[in-house]
Amino acid sequence: MVYLFYLFAAISVIAALVVVAARSPINSAIALVVCLLSIAGHYILLNAQFLAMVHVIVYTGAILVLMLFVIMLLNMNEEVEVRKPLITRILAILTAGLLLLVLLAATRQGLEMSAPESFNPGIGLVKAIGMALFHEFLIPFEVSSVLFLSAMAGAMMLAKKDGTEHVNLPPSSEPKDPAA
Amino acid sequence: MEDVMTAIRVVPLDHYLILCFLLFSIGMAGAMLRRNILIVIMCLELMLNSVNLLLVAFSAYHGDAGGQVMVFFIMLVAAAEVTVGLAILVQLKRNTEGVDINQLNRLKW
Amino acid sequence: MVRTELLAILVPALPLLGVLITGFGRRKLSAYAAGGIASAMVALSFVLSLLLFLGHDGQTHIVHLFNWITVGEMNIPFAFQIDSLSLWMMLVVTGIGSLIHVYSIGYMHDDPRVATFFAQLNLFTFAMLLLVMGANFLVTFIGWEGVGLCSYLLIGFWYKTPEFNYAGRKAFVMNRIGDVGMVLAMALMFLQFGTLNYVGIMDQAGSFAPSNPLLVMATLLLFLGATGKSAQLPLLTWLPDAMAGPTPVSALIHAATMVTAGIFLVVRSSVLFELAPYTQDIILWVGVATALFGATVGLFQNDIKKVLAYSTVSQLGYMFAALGVSAYSAGMFHVTTHAFFKALLFLAAGSVIHALGGEQDIRKMGGLKGVTKTTYVTFLIATLAITGIPPFSGFFSKDGILASTFADSPLAYGVLVFAAMLTAFYMFRLLFLTFFGTYRGTAQPHESPKVITVPLVILAVLSAIGGALNIPHVFGGSEWLKNELATAVEGMVGEHVALSASTEYTLMAISTLLVVITIWYTWTLFGKKTTLDGEPADMPFLKRLIAKRWMLDELYAFLIERPYGWMSRHFFSIAETKVVVPFTIGTGKTTHGFAEWLRKVQTGNTSFYLFGLMLGVVVFLLITYFSA
Repeated sequence: MVYLFYLFAAISVIAALVVVAARSPINSAIALVVCLLSIAGHYILLNAQFLAMVHVIVYTGAILVLMLFVIMLLNMNEEVEVRKPLITRILAILTAGLLLLVLLAATRQGLEMSAPESFNPGIGLVKAIGMALFHEFLIPFEVSSVLFLSAMAGAMMLAKKDGTEHVNLPPSSEPKDPAA
Repeated sequence: MEDVMTAIRVVPLDHYLILCFLLFSIGMAGAMLRRNILIVIMCLELMLNSVNLLLVAFSAYHGDAGGQVMVFFIMLVAAAEVTVGLAILVQLKRNTEGVDINQLNRLKW
Repeated sequence: MVRTELLAILVPALPLLGVLITGFGRRKLSAYAAGGIASAMVALSFVLSLLLFLGHDGQTHIVHLFNWITVGEMNIPFAFQIDSLSLWMMLVVTGIGSLIHVYSIGYMHDDPRVATFFAQLNLFTFAMLLLVMGANFLVTFIGWEGVGLCSYLLIGFWYKTPEFNYAGRKAFVMNRIGDVGMVLAMALMFLQFGTLNYVGIMDQAGSFAPSNPLLVMATLLLFLGATGKSAQLPLLTWLPDAMAGPTPVSALIHAATMVTAGIFLVVRSSVLFELAPYTQDIILWVGVATALFGATVGLFQNDIKKVLAYSTVSQLGYMFAALGVSAYSAGMFHVTTHAFFKALLFLAAGSVIHALGGEQDIRKMGGLKGVTKTTYVTFLIATLAITGIPPFSGFFSKDGILASTFADSPLAYGVLVFAAMLTAFYMFRLLFLTFFGTYRGTAQPHESPKVITVPLVILAVLSAIGGALNIPHVFGGSEWLKNELATAVEGMVGEHVALSASTEYTLMAISTLLVVITIWYTWTLFGKKTTLDGEPADMPFLKRLIAKRWMLDELYAFLIERPYGWMSRHFFSIAETKVVVPFTIGTGKTTHGFAEWLRKVQTGNTSFYLFGLMLGVVVFLLITYFSA
C-alpha cells in the first residue's frame, strides 16, 4: 500500500517529463492526462476523495478535453512548432534545476515534520469539505461564481468573429528578409 | 480506510515536498522551453497541480480542511484561466496562422 | 448647564453657518440678501451671547466639544471657556460686529463681490469668537490665525490694486512674526505645565516663584505675539497700511476687535504676567512708546483713515500701558469704550468717504457739517469720547489708565498725558478740517442712507454713555465692569488704585484742562480754514521726521528688507543655480538615462519574462535560506 505512493510519484514525474519533451501536442496532452490521473491517485492516498473526484472531472473531463478539441480544431502537429535555440533550452533547464535546488534548500527545516498521531480521517470527505466551503469560505465561494461568469463572457467575446476580418499581424515576428 | 491512514503515517511529508518541487520545476522548464502556446498552458496546469498536491498533503498532515478548500478554489481559477487562454489561442491562430508564443511580443506596443 | 453648552456652541456656529450660506451662494444671492443673512447671523449670535451673559453665574464653565489632539501624554480638547472675560469679549465682538455688518449693507451694496465680502466678514466673526472663547491656547490660536487670515483677505479685498495686495501681504507677514512668538510660547508652556488649558496653567502657575526665567521667557514670547496682532512697537507698520481695505473692515477688524486680541491674550494669561514683573515693565514702556509714536505720527497725516489708524495704534498703546501696571480692568474697559468710539469714528469716516464718492484726503473736504448732519454729530461725539472729555466714555476709561500708571510710574503718566494732548490735537484737526470751514473738494456731497446712519447713532449713544459701565468710586460708582471681570481674571482681585480721592481729582482736572486747551489751540489753527496751504518745504527737521512716520518703514527696509534681499539674491545665484538646479536636473537626467537602458528589457518575449520572474524567486528563496 505504501509503495503506491512511490508508484504514483514515478508515474507523475515521468508523465510530466513527457508533457514537456513530446514533439507532438497530442502526445503532450495524453501524457498530461496520465500525470493528472496519477495526482488524483495521490489525492485518494491522502484521503481526499472529494477533491480526487472533482480533480478528475474538472481536469481530465473538462480542461483536457477542451485542449484536445483545440488541438484538433487548429490542426496542430509536430511541424507547427519551431524549436528554440539550443543555448536557450540549456539555460531554461539549468534555471529550472536551480529553482528546484533552492526550493529544497529553503524548506529543508520544514521537512522534518511527521504525520500527527491523532489524524482525523474524515477531513477530505464531502461532508467536511462542504461544511468548510459553506461556512468559513462562503463569500469567496460566491465571489468565484462572478469570476466564472466573467471568464465565460471573456471567452465568448474573444472567440466571436468581429466585423473587421483579418487585422493581420504578420505570421511571425522574426525579421523578414527584405528580398523575399 | 485504515490502509490509507497507514500510508499517510508511513510516507513522510518531505517526500511530498520533493515530488511537488520536482513537478513544479518540470512545469517551469517546459514553460520556458516550448514555443507552442498550448504546451505552455499545459505546463502551467502542471505547476498549478503540483501546488494543489502540496496543499492537500499539508491539509491532511495538519488535519485542516481549509487547505483542501483552497485547492478547490485553485481548480476554479485554473478552469477559468484555461477557458480564456484557449479562446485567446484560437483567436491568435485565426489572425496569425500560428501558435508561436513569440508572436505575442507584438502586444507590448 | 445644558443650556449654557448649547448657547456656547451656537454663538460661534451661527456666523459659521453664515459663512457657508453666503460663501456658497455668492453667485446667487443679491447684495441685500447676502448682507441680510450675514447681519442676521451675527445679530442672533449677539442675542445668544447676551442671554449667556445674563444667565451667567460668575463661575468658569468649560464647554467640552470633543477631544481634538490625543497623543501620548498630550491631550488637547476642543473646548470653550465661558467666564465673564470671554463673555464680555463675545458681547463686544458680536455687538459691534452686527452693527458693522448692517452698516456694510449700505456701504458695499454696489460692489460686485459683496457676498464674498460678507462671507469673509462672517468668517472673521467666527474666528474672533473662537479666539475669545477658546479654553486653551491652541483653540485660541486657531482663532488667532483665523482672524489674521480674514484680515489679510479683507485688506486685499479690492485685489485688483497692487498696493492693496501689498498691504495685505505686509499685514500677514508682520503678524507671522508675532505668531512665531505665540507658537514658541505655547511650546514652552506645554513643556512647563504639560497642558495648554488656561485653567490648568493658571492653577499650576501659583507654585512658581516670581521671575522664574522660563515664565519670563514664555510671557515675553506671548507679548511678542500680542505686539504683532495689536500693532505695538516694533510690529506696527502694517496697521496704517491695512486701511487699504474697505472702511467697515477697518472699523471691525483694525479698530474694534482683532487688534484688541493681544490685550485679550495678556489679560487671559494675567496670572503668568503677574509672576513676571520684568515683562510687565517691558509691556508698560512699549505701550507708552507706542501711544506716543501713534499720537505724533497722527499729527500730520492727511488721509482721514490713516489718522484714525495711527490713533488706533496710540490707543492700543494706552491699553498695553494699563496692562503693564496690572490694571487689567482698566485695559479691558478701554478696549470696550475704544471699540465703541473707534468703530464709530471709522464708520463715520466711511460715511464721509461714501458721501464724497471715495475721497479720503482731508485737504479736499471741509464744511461738511451742514450737509451730513448725522455723520457730523456722531463724529463729534466720538471725537469728544476719544479725547477724554467728561462725561463721554473715553474720559472714564482713559482716566482709569492714567490714574493706574501715575500710581506706578509718574514718568509714564506724563508721557501718556502728553500723548492725550496730541490725541486731542490730531482728532480735532481732523474734525475741523472735515466738517468746518468751506468745502474744498469737487464731488457733490450727500448724506448717507439710513442703513449707514442708524448704526452710527447707536454707536454714538454707546460712546456717549459707555463710561457708565465702570464709574470709579470717586464719582460714587461701583466699578461694575471691574467687579464683573474680577471673577475671571485672577490678577484683578488685588488690583486697586492706591491713590487718595483728592489726587485722583487733581489728575483728572490736569488732563482735562490740558486737553481742553489743546482743543482751543487747534480751533485757532484749523477751525475757520477755508483753504489749506501745501506743506511748506522748509519744515523743521523733527516735523519732517514725524510726517514721514519717524522713518520706521524706511528703517525696516534698511535693516531687514535690504539685507534679506541681498542674501536671497546671493542664495539664488550660488545655492539655487549652482547646487539645487543641477542636482534636480541631474536626478531627472539620470533617471531618464537609466530608463532608456532598462526599457530594452521589455522584449515581449514571454519566456524571458518567466526567466526573470524565476530568477527573482530564486533570489528571494536564497535570502530566506541564508537568513534562516
